[in-house]
Amino acid sequence: MAELSKQSIGSFLARQGILVAFVIFMVGFALANQRFIAIDNISGVIRSSAILGVMALGVTFVVIGGNLDLSVGSMMSFSTIVVLDLHDKLGPALAIPAMFGMTLALGAFIGFLVGYLKLNSLIVTLGMLSAIHGLTLTYSGGQNMDIADKAGTWFSVFGQGRVMGIPVPILIFALLAVVLSLVLSRTPFGRKVYAVGGNGQAATFSGIPRARVVFMTYLISAFCVATAGLLQASRSMGSQNTVGQGMELEVLAAVILGGASLLGGSGTIFKTVIGVLILGFIQNGLLLVGLEFYFQYVVTWVIIILAVWLDIAAKRGRIWSPIA
Amino acid sequence: MNRETLLKQGGIWAFIVVELIFFSVAGEYLSVSDKAFMDFDNMLLLLKQSAPIGIIALGMTIIMINGNIDLSVGATFALAAIVLLDSMTWPFMAAMGDWAIPLAWVFALLTGVILGAINGLIVWKTGVDAFIVTLGSMLGYRGLVFMYNGEQPTSHLNWTLVDFAEAQFLGLHTATWFLLGTAVILWLLMTKTVHGRNAYAIGNNREAAVNAGIRVGPHFLINFMIIGFLAALSAVVFYSESGSVNPNDGMLYELWAITAVVLGGTKLTGGYGSIVSTLGGVIAIQLLRKGLGHIGADTETVNLVIGLILIAVLFLDRQLNRKGKEELKI
Repeated sequence: MAELSKQSIGSFLARQGILVAFVIFMVGFALANQRFIAIDNISGVIRSSAILGVMALGVTFVVIGGNLDLSVGSMMSFSTIVVLDLHDKLGPALAIPAMFGMTLALGAFIGFLVGYLKLNSLIVTLGMLSAIHGLTLTYSGGQNMDIADKAGTWFSVFGQGRVMGIPVPILIFALLAVVLSLVLSRTPFGRKVYAVGGNGQAATFSGIPRARVVFMTYLISAFCVATAGLLQASRSMGSQNTVGQGMELEVLAAVILGGASLLGGSGTIFKTVIGVLILGFIQNGLLLVGLEFYFQYVVTWVIIILAVWLDIAAKRGRIWSPIA
Repeated sequence: MNRETLLKQGGIWAFIVVELIFFSVAGEYLSVSDKAFMDFDNMLLLLKQSAPIGIIALGMTIIMINGNIDLSVGATFALAAIVLLDSMTWPFMAAMGDWAIPLAWVFALLTGVILGAINGLIVWKTGVDAFIVTLGSMLGYRGLVFMYNGEQPTSHLNWTLVDFAEAQFLGLHTATWFLLGTAVILWLLMTKTVHGRNAYAIGNNREAAVNAGIRVGPHFLINFMIIGFLAALSAVVFYSESGSVNPNDGMLYELWAITAVVLGGTKLTGGYGSIVSTLGGVIAIQLLRKGLGHIGADTETVNLVIGLILIAVLFLDRQLNRKGKEELKI
């Protein structure tokens, strides 16, 4: 009996370890510094995590489907630059759908390569990381993009506005998280994503159109990236060409931290959100207790590895790897 | 060597020849400069400029043959560079005169080896996938880079060192010698030693390798130490000349290195790849950079072209493989 309860505690920790760590972490920081749990601090952290978070939602679909997406960072730069440029040329009402269309086209191209042509997603999206970066630079001529008349447009509402006191980026992040969570957990499509990622061959044999499902995950990812680009552009009202550079790996870190397996077939939107929040609150908490800003990267490193290690240690039933 | 191997290993060199012809011909009509593309000095410079990414890409090849990947090389590169330049200003080092140079090199290379060993040990002991381990340490090592000197560049110019880095021996620059030397040593390591043979075997089929009595872990560790060493060596070669490192330096180097390796035909899944072909991949990328500049294209287009070529290579490679398999079936 004692054995059993020890086991169930162990398996609970393993399954919900990330949540437990999150709670311990929050309590620790709150004890160290009262300001940490002030409402405005919490809302500030979530707001600044929203852009990364929105991207992570889309990448969660791709990863559950058994693939990777390293192109989201440069794609986000592309969306941001395009929407800022078109804003002054077409006006915000046309610029936003045009930018979404172009970003979705990029997503469709990647989805076609990985889904229908069955090319390795790591290399394809690595190539697209570079290609889209080049596309952005060609589009902008390497120049920074700025909205000319910053005061005379409602465009800033997405990044800077508030509805009932809640910052709009948080609302968009939350809304998207809820919708995508429902899609993933309550629809036939969501189940297909898990099936394709869990065992692609078995999914194909049971009649699931693997290619189309993978294609769709990249479209969803591109949609999220476009949304993130909109938030970024609207928050800063101007941007460099490299605004999203390096974010692909931070996004992936958040998704992995949330417990999605890189092999596909596991992960949830809720856990990804937790992963995103952990990254955001670590950064904030370490600053508040007086540690250097860049120390967060070192802590993130340790946390990612511990989280994944704990996860696989629980699955294989032993701490150390069986690799001789 | 059968037809298929020839196609695969020769592919990258054929691509280089095509590039040379294309840029030479197109340059006649489009180039703004009078100099021919295949100018001898231009080619020497090209080899020199491909050294920093090239040395890392060679290391990445053995990691990928082994079935792993290393995303932290860019951060290792930056940290080694900082140690190299900063250590020369330490009081006891400054007192040593030019003897500080070899010591600073040792410190930098040691930094690389240690960072690589940390990755290798974690992959070995925890069994966490190398992609995740090095994704984490990419962030962590970059954090250390920033903690070292904030967002300030670290600078130290040592003229003896600059002279050494700019020297030419038998026409080739110092950096080129390091690139070629690394290639030769790694080629020997992978083709003539037990370690190399085992690395291929592990990448090809880990379970079979374990059953054959090969100890997988130590080989992982050694390869990660080698790539850490090479990332540091790349930093040593590059920063001996430039003398100033920004904390963002080396970002995306991992992606460039992987691109070169894949262009050279090495498989992501492990077990297949060659050092010589990676050298070809490195030269092909640098040729493309220089060539596009030569015919007056914006430097920005390089990223676009390389990305698309990478995807095209992947597609062609898949078609070739598939064909081979179908033939086998019949």
